[in-house]
Amino acid sequence: MKGEIEVLQPGLFSSIQDLGRFGFQKYGVPQSGVMDRYAMRICNLILGNAQDTSVMEITFQGPQLKFSASTAICISGADLSASLNDSPVEQNKVINISAGDTLRFGARKAGFRAYIGILGGFRSEELMGSQSWYEGLTTDFRLKKGMKLSFGSKDLQEKDTHSHLKIDEEYLGSDIIEAYPGPEFERLSKEQQDKLFSTSFKTDKNSNRMAVQIEEDLENDLDPITTGPVVPGTVQLTPSGKLIILMKDCQTTGGYPRILQLSEKAQQVLSQKMPGEKINFRKLDY
Amino acid sequence: MKEFPEISPMGERAILINFGENYSPEKLRKLLFYKDLLENKLVKEKVEVINTYNSILISYMFTIEDVYSEISSLKSLFDEANIPKNFNSQIFYVPVCYDEEFGPDLKLILDEKDLEIEEIIKLHTAPVYQVYFIGFLPGFLYLGGLDEKLQISRKKTPRKSVEKGSVGIGEKQTGIYPKSSPGGWQILGKCPVELFDKNEDPPTPFSAGDKIKFFSVSREEFFEIEEEVKRGNYKLKSENYEGGD
Repeated sequence: MKGEIEVLQPGLFSSIQDLGRFGFQKYGVPQSGVMDRYAMRICNLILGNAQDTSVMEITFQGPQLKFSASTAICISGADLSASLNDSPVEQNKVINISAGDTLRFGARKAGFRAYIGILGGFRSEELMGSQSWYEGLTTDFRLKKGMKLSFGSKDLQEKDTHSHLKIDEEYLGSDIIEAYPGPEFERLSKEQQDKLFSTSFKTDKNSNRMAVQIEEDLENDLDPITTGPVVPGTVQLTPSGKLIILMKDCQTTGGYPRILQLSEKAQQVLSQKMPGEKINFRKLDY
Repeated sequence: MKEFPEISPMGERAILINFGENYSPEKLRKLLFYKDLLENKLVKEKVEVINTYNSILISYMFTIEDVYSEISSLKSLFDEANIPKNFNSQIFYVPVCYDEEFGPDLKLILDEKDLEIEEIIKLHTAPVYQVYFIGFLPGFLYLGGLDEKLQISRKKTPRKSVEKGSVGIGEKQTGIYPKSSPGGWQILGKCPVELFDKNEDPPTPFSAGDKIKFFSVSREEFFEIEEEVKRGNYKLKSENYEGGD
C-alpha cells in the first residue's frame, strides 16, 4: 500500500532532498542534498528510518500538504509553527497522520529551513543514485501546487527508542560560522585576514541553495585562480570584493580564490540563517 | 619552495591535492594517473575523486575521521607509484556547423581578427583539443589547445541565454554549452549532438584525458545529424588516440 500527498500550497521553496549525489561531480553534476544534515538525521532517527532516507526541505514559508493515507511524520530544523488540522504539533516528535489530514505551517519562530521526514521516506524519481531535486537535472526542482507525492508504507516501531535523544536546537540561533583557511587564504594580507574574522557580516537576500552571498564587500586585489575544485562550504572572494559562500547545489569548479572552507556544523548553522541576518566567521585550524 | 603534489584538507569532507600553478597535457597525464590510483585504492561508494587543470579533489560522503592519517596514507601511496610513460585516451570527432544562423558572433570575430570565415573554420577545426575536465555545468568540457589567433575577449555583458549546443570562444578557451544558459563567450557555431544525457550511464561520452577534434558540417548536415540524434541513431565517431600532445 502506498499513500499520496497532495500539495495544496507549495510554500516559498520546498523540495525533496537526501544526502545528495555522489560519483557524478566528474561530469559536472552538483552534489545537492539537504542544506542541514543534522535536522535530516534527527527526523530519520526519530522515525526509525535509515539515515539516508529522503526528506522534504522547506524554506521559511511552509507548504500545505494533504495526506491520502495514514503514516507518521516528523518535523525538524526551523520552527515554522506546524499544525495538523489546525492543531499545533511539536518539533522533533513522531506525528501520527490519518487519511485526510492536512499539515500547514505558520509564522517562523526560529531558523529558516525545516525538514519533514516520513515513515519509509518519499517515493520519488531517483536519478544518479539520489532523490535530491536540482533544477535542470531532475523532472521537478520545487514543489508546485497540485503536485502529488508518493510515500511508502512502513510500520512505526511500537516502542519509542529515542525518547532519550538529546536534540540540540541552539544552532538555530547561532551566528558563529566556523571556518578553516581555504586554499588561497594565505594570499590575503594580514589586515584582510583580520577583517574577515572581526567583521559582523550580513547575509544577502540574493541567497539560495547554490550560494549564500554576503552584503559587505572585502576589498582585495587577488588574481583569479586557474579554475579549480570547489565544494559546499567553500567561500569565494570575487575581484569586486563579494564573498560567496557556496552551498549544496554549487557548481563543481570555480575560478575565484577560495579563501575559507566552512566546517560541516557551520554549513548547518548558515542554512538556518534568514537573508539579512548577521554572521561572524570564527577561525578553525586543522 | 613548496613541494608538489601538496596534500591538504579542504574542510571536513574533502582533501585537495595541488600540483602547482601551471598546467599542461603532461601534467594532466600525471594527475589522471594519480586519480586512477586513488579511485582504485579508496572505497568508491564513500569517496569521489575529481580532477581539474592542476588539482585533484577527493570528496568524502561523510566527515573524515582522522585527516592526518588519511593524508599520510595518500602520501605513501603517491611515493610508491611509478607513472607509466604511455597513456591511452580516446579521440572524439565532434560536428560543428559554422553557419551565421548558429554563430551570432561570427561577424564580430571576422571583423576583429580580419579573417575570412574559411580561415576561422580552419583554425578552429585543426587542433586536437585536450579535455582537461568537466565542470561548471553538467557536461561542460574544459578544453585546452585553442589557436592563439582565435583568442578573443569575452562579451562585456554576458548573453542572458546562449542556446544549447552553441560553440564559443573566449580568452584561451573554447567549448560547447551543454544546455541553454547565460554565457559570455563569442559564439561561432553550433553542435547538433547531445553532450549530456541524464538518463545515460555515463551521462556524457567524454572523460578527463580524452581528446576532441571538431569538423565542419553544412546546415543540411547539421539538421540531418540533429534528426538522427533525436531518433537515438547518432553515435559520435571515436577511436584510440596514440598521438603526441
